[in-house]
Amino acid sequence: MTEQNAPPKAGPAPLPNNKTRRQIMRSIAMGGAVIGASLFGFFPVLRKWTPRLRPPGAIDETEFLAACIKCGQCVQVCPVRAIRLGDLDEGFGVGVPYIPAREQACDFSCDAVQCVLACPTGALSHTISKREEVRMGLARLDRPNACLARKGEGYKGAARPAPFKGVHRYAEIDRWKPVKLAEYKYDLEVCDLCVRECPVPNAISMEPVSNDPADKRRTPVVHQACVGCGMCEMICPTEAASIVVDIRRKWGDA
Amino acid sequence: MKLLTSLKIMLGAAPQRPTSYTPEALAMQEAKRLVKGPERAKEIKAAHAEHSSHKWRNIRWATLIMVNMIFVLSFRFDVQLVEGALTASRVIGFHFADLNSAIQVMLAYKVILINLVIGTGTVLFMWWLLGGRTFCSWTCPYHLLAEIAEKIHLALAKRKMVVDYPLHRGSRTVLYVVFALLAFVSGYTVFESISPTGIVSRALIYGPGLAMIWVLGLLAYEIIFIRRMWCRYICPIGLTYGFVGAVSPTRVTYNMENCLHEGDCRKVCLVPHVLECTKKTYADDVNIAIGADCTRCGLCIDACPTGSLKFEIKGLSKLL
Repeated sequence: MTEQNAPPKAGPAPLPNNKTRRQIMRSIAMGGAVIGASLFGFFPVLRKWTPRLRPPGAIDETEFLAACIKCGQCVQVCPVRAIRLGDLDEGFGVGVPYIPAREQACDFSCDAVQCVLACPTGALSHTISKREEVRMGLARLDRPNACLARKGEGYKGAARPAPFKGVHRYAEIDRWKPVKLAEYKYDLEVCDLCVRECPVPNAISMEPVSNDPADKRRTPVVHQACVGCGMCEMICPTEAASIVVDIRRKWGDA
Repeated sequence: MKLLTSLKIMLGAAPQRPTSYTPEALAMQEAKRLVKGPERAKEIKAAHAEHSSHKWRNIRWATLIMVNMIFVLSFRFDVQLVEGALTASRVIGFHFADLNSAIQVMLAYKVILINLVIGTGTVLFMWWLLGGRTFCSWTCPYHLLAEIAEKIHLALAKRKMVVDYPLHRGSRTVLYVVFALLAFVSGYTVFESISPTGIVSRALIYGPGLAMIWVLGLLAYEIIFIRRMWCRYICPIGLTYGFVGAVSPTRVTYNMENCLHEGDCRKVCLVPHVLECTKKTYADDVNIAIGADCTRCGLCIDACPTGSLKFEIKGLSKLL
């Protein structure tokens, strides 16, 4: 009985029903689009489009991306402004700090790993308190044939001439005031910039290439103490740098 | 029960007309019913004649800009008063962490971080005092951009150039769960990579990047298709702070007595469902505290010609 009464009333009803149905479909489409957009972050991360040198104390890459709250406090405390934040092309690395070593390396002139102390989440692990304990990567002589020392050549002038903007804090000038590399002139008989400016003791040394004392050629040799700060990569006067940091490589890795 | 209803409405339920009223409310409804046509028209005209205010909006915009500028200038001039961005910061040495970002990080990282708990605690207490979603309208830089986009949208809509396609408010609840699950399962703070709050805050402090394209895209979409899409239907930060606001002492209250039920307040509101009680016979009491989803932006207070909506701090009015 009631079923028979129902159909005539159903006449005008579809309009609001259609409206709500359309609204629900729209909402689902929008939700899907937003989730889809957020998942685009997987591509750069899983495909490793943008390998980055992370600041001192950074924990394992995957955990690092999770633990970092993307606030940039590490950026703010760095006296040489070595730390930058990731952009959209880094996927889940948006707002995550990295160090573009060739442009501006970490020179540890802050002494007490300020970025680690600033990190509110421990993404830069608080177990580190000294520069010697840091392991960001390892330096490697990438282009031995370009290396001035290996050719026995000296170097005169700024290690990285203008318009290069990178800075370095020279202890012998004023250890609290960073100096532009473009304004600091060297005059070296044989180039040893990577060894000379390395902030970590015993991380790198210049070794003779042959036993001949008259042979001026030297080769930079990286040792286990290397922390991968990238100072050598920044200061290397050849274009591109002859010595580079292998991100997150550990001593003994291939 | 009241709290539950307020939470349910925030999560997406449609507000219902009350089934029972307090005797005071009934008496007032009756008294108002006696005011008939011309007299009511005169009342409305009189109320509007002396009313035009942007007081709270101006105070709020000034606050929002100031808070964000403190972050920007503190870094620019290296004052170290406030370090960090809106997601997490240190204010004169004290850890502050955005509640939602902290939840995302802990879900993804699966470690309870003591600094974050401290930072979140400070912030939780502050936003509990100030009223939960107060974060949205008084601090979030994207909110200000979205408000400007909304103005453009409304201006275009007036000229019939765009139409608002509203969504279901339950979307935000669903997305909240999805983003929480995504963070937990994937181990990445998925939401953070698209959160315009974080992106704009960092863009202001550290300089803009490609990520701003996403934000501008969102704003364009809000202008053309869906009024206040992000804040209304998507942002999990709003929902997180909404829960805080459900129990917070700072709130907007509604008094039925002088209300002319024109709905000016609902027209300007980001979350008009919280103002449902201002409809005729939708208030079950003479005084009503506006629900959890309210951002305490004060637009309704500015819009109300009769002073029926007010800011209130729970308990304080009784004390005074």
